[in-house]
Amino acid sequence: MNWVRERAGLLAAVAVGGTLIVVVPVVAEIFALFELTLFLVLAILALSLAWVWGFGGILCFGQSVFFGLGGYTYAIAVINMGDSTVPLMLGILLPALLAGILGYFLFWQRISDVYLAVITLAVSLIFYYLTGASAGSEYRIGNALLGGYNGIPSVPPINVPGLPEHQVVYGDLYVLTAVMLAVIYGGLRGLLATDFGRVVVAVRENEERAQLLGYDVRTTKLTVFVIGGAIAGLSGVLFAAWGSYVSPNVFSMTFTAQIIVWVLVGGLGTLSGAVVGCVLVQAAMTWLGEAKLADTNLVLGAAFVVLVLFARRGLVPGTRSLLADLRGRVRSAP
Amino acid sequence: MDHALVVGLHLLHAMASLALVSVGLAVIFGMLRVINFAHGEFLMVGGYAFVLSAGAGLNLWVAMLVVAPAAVGALGFLVERFVIRHLHGDIIATILATWGLSLFLIGLAATVLGYHQQGVAPPFGTVQFGSYSIGIYTFFVMIVAIVTIVSLFVWLRWSRSGLLVRGAMQDPELAAALGADTRRLRTAMFVLGSALSGLAGAVLAPLAGVLPEIGATYVVKAFITVISGGATALTGTTLAAALFGFTSQAAAFLSRPVVGEVALLIVAIVLLRLLPTGITGRYFRKAL
Repeated sequence: MNWVRERAGLLAAVAVGGTLIVVVPVVAEIFALFELTLFLVLAILALSLAWVWGFGGILCFGQSVFFGLGGYTYAIAVINMGDSTVPLMLGILLPALLAGILGYFLFWQRISDVYLAVITLAVSLIFYYLTGASAGSEYRIGNALLGGYNGIPSVPPINVPGLPEHQVVYGDLYVLTAVMLAVIYGGLRGLLATDFGRVVVAVRENEERAQLLGYDVRTTKLTVFVIGGAIAGLSGVLFAAWGSYVSPNVFSMTFTAQIIVWVLVGGLGTLSGAVVGCVLVQAAMTWLGEAKLADTNLVLGAAFVVLVLFARRGLVPGTRSLLADLRGRVRSAP
Repeated sequence: MDHALVVGLHLLHAMASLALVSVGLAVIFGMLRVINFAHGEFLMVGGYAFVLSAGAGLNLWVAMLVVAPAAVGALGFLVERFVIRHLHGDIIATILATWGLSLFLIGLAATVLGYHQQGVAPPFGTVQFGSYSIGIYTFFVMIVAIVTIVSLFVWLRWSRSGLLVRGAMQDPELAAALGADTRRLRTAMFVLGSALSGLAGAVLAPLAGVLPEIGATYVVKAFITVISGGATALTGTTLAAALFGFTSQAAAFLSRPVVGEVALLIVAIVLLRLLPTGITGRYFRKAL
């Protein structure tokens, strides 16, 4: 019984993950599955920020840079190559490399919170303006036209390695995405349980103390940042493959702010919160957009303000402490 | 010769409009440390207050210089009283709440007024310099920026209430212990910052037009300007606005407007790399 209680979170995650991967594809209709795939793709992106910010303590306002770069890299590479295996890897490697360079620049200079947030945001906007200005036939990489604000259309989907005719679409893409999400979630949890994970949290809690204890703060933060960049890149690849489309909007202020909101709604400092927050917010936005009851921005904005005023810590930690409260009350009852 | 003059005027105008866009945020974020993501929407509301009241037949200058700041000041009062105050300086909660507010205001404007651009033609007409013509309104924007910043500076530096405000920002506990009502001061400063944003939104409306989503074009530049300015909000913001306005406009002249936008961001990044605490973190420390 104790064993179950201690591992309630993990068991819940396994149960939810199992349902998502095994049961949903069988039950859900193809359109619902298509939409759900997008939520899970974005949930991977949310996880990357939950990791970088919630555990690494790095307030990155430009997580969309890595997402967008992953998407663009994949789109350009796959249009030129045909087979998706190498483009997929490039879509993870290039964002990780950018994160490495940017992280080196940021952490070795000891740039602090707000400044770091602004710099990462500025980098994202630079990409926004540059990709937006790439309209016209002279802006092409190989066979891929960059297309300015119109973006790159008809991006080929992911295929089974080596077999370009076996495309991973609809139901298959859903399963692939769900498995990736589960693997990344599990991987990050596992990483947090290692010595390295403990150092990461120690650095977040008190950078100076961690350094005085002899840990290399800068390398730790850099590693966290690169891992986050790679995950966001993967999410971008899946996004481009999902919609067979990528445009400068992925670098926009609105998009990058959205990632922050997903993490905050779910609860900063949790991994599951990011997934829950992302799926809930996106589902609410889609539903509001389809129902046309009121302007999406209006309702969502009001909801955030109310949420902050009355449920400060986010959904997952809030629910957790509510459950703990109830349990305590049951136990103390005569 | 005429060309140089016109280029110079454009550069000055870019600095002035950037300073105007940022000055409200310099008060709200620079002094009160409230991260107001809805800053762009405050400008948008100011723009609408001006355009709508001028469209309803009100005198153009009353609409711009009185109605717009008053409307956004009132909005700021409500926001401070019912949202910001209850967050007790929690940065994360403030980001989320003001981002929500920003969405809410965009949605409200879109629902009530629709997603199309509205505007008022710039008054005054144009003036000729040789073969170039430039809107006289451009000079008006510069004058408003200068008057706003100078009067803010004079008020903070030499008046009794300005002293009280500076003290309350520097050490709220000590100021409270000495009898200053810091809570009311914070509200008042938030209202002032909002009103300045409303003024900026109205003054820029004839040039940029207004639409519900226009805030996004302002908010990032404003934050980058105020943050790069560093610890002393007013001087820092003015200096940063001059530097960034000059760079982006000069780069835009040399190639294309998009290069100007990118140049601004790159200069900001390099600047924060060299001076991690902003311009006034190292220089001009005794300024305001």
